[in-house]
Amino acid sequence: MTTSRRDLLTAALTAAGAVAVPDLTNAQHSDHDHDHGHDHDHQAVPSDPALRVKALESLLVAKGLVDRAAVDALIDTYEHKIGPRNGARVVARAWSDPDYKRRLLTGADAALAELGYGGLQGEHMVVVENTAEVHNLVVCTLCSCYPWPVLGLPPVWYKSAPYRSRSVIDPRGVLREFGLEIGENVEVRVWDSTAELRYLVLPERPAGSESLDEEALAALVTRDAMIGVAKIASPAQGGPA
Amino acid sequence: MNGVHDMGGMHGMGPIKADKSEPVFHAPWEGRAYGVTRAMGGWRLWNLDATRFQRELIAPVEYFRMSYYERWITGLVELMLKNNLVTRAEIETGRPDEGAAVRTPAFTADKVPGFISKGVPARRDVPATASFRVGQRVRARNINPVGHTRLPRYARGKVGTVDRDHGVFVFPDTNALFLGEKPQHVYSVRFEARELWGEQARPRDTVYIDLWDDYLAPA
Repeated sequence: MTTSRRDLLTAALTAAGAVAVPDLTNAQHSDHDHDHGHDHDHQAVPSDPALRVKALESLLVAKGLVDRAAVDALIDTYEHKIGPRNGARVVARAWSDPDYKRRLLTGADAALAELGYGGLQGEHMVVVENTAEVHNLVVCTLCSCYPWPVLGLPPVWYKSAPYRSRSVIDPRGVLREFGLEIGENVEVRVWDSTAELRYLVLPERPAGSESLDEEALAALVTRDAMIGVAKIASPAQGGPA
Repeated sequence: MNGVHDMGGMHGMGPIKADKSEPVFHAPWEGRAYGVTRAMGGWRLWNLDATRFQRELIAPVEYFRMSYYERWITGLVELMLKNNLVTRAEIETGRPDEGAAVRTPAFTADKVPGFISKGVPARRDVPATASFRVGQRVRARNINPVGHTRLPRYARGKVGTVDRDHGVFVFPDTNALFLGEKPQHVYSVRFEARELWGEQARPRDTVYIDLWDDYLAPA
């Protein structure tokens, strides 16, 4: 077992060493001149990721490895069907229904399924509540884990090195960059999504929203507040409602 | 592996550039890169952990130069090469080799809704002994594997408290190398910010990290 593990690992790392990470610096120069027959390493890799992806997709379709309609359907799902409005509905329901909120905080998967949410990159969910004592912030320092069924695909800043590196060591500094100052008496609680649990922040319900129905409440809720880098503005302060 | 992907606590990465009106995909190719990667996962020749590990293996200078979906495509190409789904020549020319087999796609459009709504659960309904209990003090092991791991460097050797037991999950360190799922408990462990970062951290602040049984020792 030890030997086979070592062998596999060696194989994996050897392959890694041989990774032909396309040399885009070179490719940019040789892309259009077609004078690359002598240089095997750099030939024919389009410099532009758009060209590269187009060529790759065409190849995989031609080989019968990819169904183009499946790619279309995946894109359409995340462009039009799954996004932060899902999470906003969950938050609005939790604000409106104390029993639902209790279920959400103690067993998020079942509570989210009540509203029809779950699945890919949100198979195992945890919802954490912001209060006067605790402010929650979600990050994935190792890659870009994010609760897709309720927030859609993550924004670039969430996946970027500045956010991933600093959220755990200087969360208050990160929040200040988003315009949010958290009091010294409040615990800033950072959730590093290192496993297959995905985290959604239940923001505090803003003052002045007492008379709003669920739909109007959902309209107040922003993606950033459900990641933990913002609070929900009171409707009187010019929230999106 | 102690790669640049393991960024928690690093300095010098610059300001966070938040774009208020960011589209889901910044250009059509990003969507295609996303969709093609997902569709190729439908062959079930690799798993999520192997996919992550493959991206971690991108050389540091390239990792930082590439945008997010460039990393996806780079990792995908390497996985396809390893699994003999494509040849290096095909990647270079963008055309199938002469006489290459034409297959029938495994992941077709009709499978998309079911795939997205079901996902790929990593929890396993198998008995596994929980070595730790909620409330227990634990120390993250000081390990430095050259393979894949989800124990971030900044937590290694640090002491925290088990806050909750999430149940039994696939173990990424073995799964990424196709050495078995080795299902075990995953715990949410609460670390005081000062335990991780010293006196510069605020006394009340905390970081919760999800850690597998094998990553922990009693403190």
